[in-house]
Amino acid sequence: MCDATRAANKTGCRMANGDDNRFKEFETQDICGCGVPHGPGEHHHHHHHDHSHVEETGPKRTPLYDLHVELGAKIVEFAGYDMPVSYPLGVMKEHLHTREKAGFFDVSHMGQVVLIGRRRDAAEALEALVPVNVQGLAENRQRYGFFTNDAGGIEDDLMIANRGDHLFLVVNAACKDADIARLRDGLEPDVVVKHIENRALFAIQGPASEAVMAELAPALKDMRFMDVATVEIEGVECWVSRSGYTGEDGYEISVPEAAAVMLARKILDHDDVEPIGLGARDSLRLEAGLCLYGHDIDTETSPVEAGLTWAIQKVRRNGGDRAGGFPGADRILAELDNGADRRRVGLMPGTRAPMREGVMLFADETATDPVGKVTSGGFGPSVEGPVAMGYVPASMAETGTTLFGEVRGKRLPVTVADLPFVPARFKR
Amino acid sequence: MKFTEEHEWLRVEDDGIVVVGITEHAAEQLGDVVFVELPEVGATISKDDEVVVIESVKAASDILAPVDGEIVEVNETIVDEPGKVNEDAEGESWFFKVKVEDMSQLDDMMDEAAYKKFIS
Repeated sequence: MCDATRAANKTGCRMANGDDNRFKEFETQDICGCGVPHGPGEHHHHHHHDHSHVEETGPKRTPLYDLHVELGAKIVEFAGYDMPVSYPLGVMKEHLHTREKAGFFDVSHMGQVVLIGRRRDAAEALEALVPVNVQGLAENRQRYGFFTNDAGGIEDDLMIANRGDHLFLVVNAACKDADIARLRDGLEPDVVVKHIENRALFAIQGPASEAVMAELAPALKDMRFMDVATVEIEGVECWVSRSGYTGEDGYEISVPEAAAVMLARKILDHDDVEPIGLGARDSLRLEAGLCLYGHDIDTETSPVEAGLTWAIQKVRRNGGDRAGGFPGADRILAELDNGADRRRVGLMPGTRAPMREGVMLFADETATDPVGKVTSGGFGPSVEGPVAMGYVPASMAETGTTLFGEVRGKRLPVTVADLPFVPARFKR
Repeated sequence: MKFTEEHEWLRVEDDGIVVVGITEHAAEQLGDVVFVELPEVGATISKDDEVVVIESVKAASDILAPVDGEIVEVNETIVDEPGKVNEDAEGESWFFKVKVEDMSQLDDMMDEAAYKKFIS
């Protein structure tokens, strides 16, 4: 799942001292791909253990906060939480370690929601909010989806798992309150909406994930991509899915709050595992071509523009048995049939200069009007060069098309590229 | 060596040319450097001009000229291998050499001890 956000943050790596006039930071994309404004209090709590000064209105902390501090994490505020943006290893090495071995991510800030059908089937009811075939989702399987709005835009993206007697959802941190309100409005009282607030959520990602986790619970080895299961790990009931948001094989594991630190330490004890912060989480998902809510998809972008049509199964499209019946169906179904005017594409900058979020795209070096915009961009450690995503007119969306991105007043070439930049390595 | 509050170091060579780079502290704060854009040799710079662009995995920053002068040499190695800035910020990974018009511009800058205190 992706970490979400709405506004662009302007944090970055402010120097520890001075007002940074000369060594100043200019408008940058966020440090962690989070997008929530970090505000003047940037919350670099360097190694503070003191909890006594936490204000009631301050950022929330996950059950692993103290562990992050102990591990030397740089903490930033993200979606209302104090989260690790990087550890002493640094973003680049954290990223590469995840692709090579296994990374441990605390994603406890994300929303966990259980839907239980009472007078109505939860899957059937949820289909009124998402253009996904939820009823056709087999037991103990998970599917990616999104909440749409009446204009055909995306309100949030999420994971939906069929757990037999209930559905389990994972939604983005920045959107979770709105998502839960939407679910309550749309589904209650026929369906019970339970916000699970007493469980942490971990992601273990990378090619060594299976071997690492199988040492703790052999059953995890047998799961395939997008399988879900309840598995006892160290005597603790864990809700596991074989999924993630890095393009790598791995797991997302919901664990009881009280056991979170113990289980995190067990996983981190393995030689192949390093803790990974939000910085590398962002570059990993960008290379994997995955959307970050609030950046690559938002309330204005339709699933068709965003290239997420694979997540809208046939049964919900025109001609399907349950075609439409979700917010914005008119626009989305029409775009599925006729195509959208603009498309999300991969962008490979032609020079070493990264093209970050907000870089305007032009058809040529002299055109005055932009044709599109970068929505996510930065350096791809595995690609060993800059990578980006953005929206362009459908007529310019073909792979290989050369456009120009304006970086610091200069028009630099950028080529439309296939996504993902790094091939997915899921265990199908 | 002299240091600025903007985390640059300046080293005066025998011929009066000043070598400029960023401090290890700055490099560490920036994180892994992935892109460096240097000025042209021969360019005239004024104090506070944006002379260098440096981007890390996290963000883009610029470095403003610490003095007035003329660029006489730039370190192309860090353009080709930006990661070297993190490896040896205060040694091999200098940014540019500048012929300074008025050396008194360096007088008010910090020495190493003062800089260490500044960042502590």
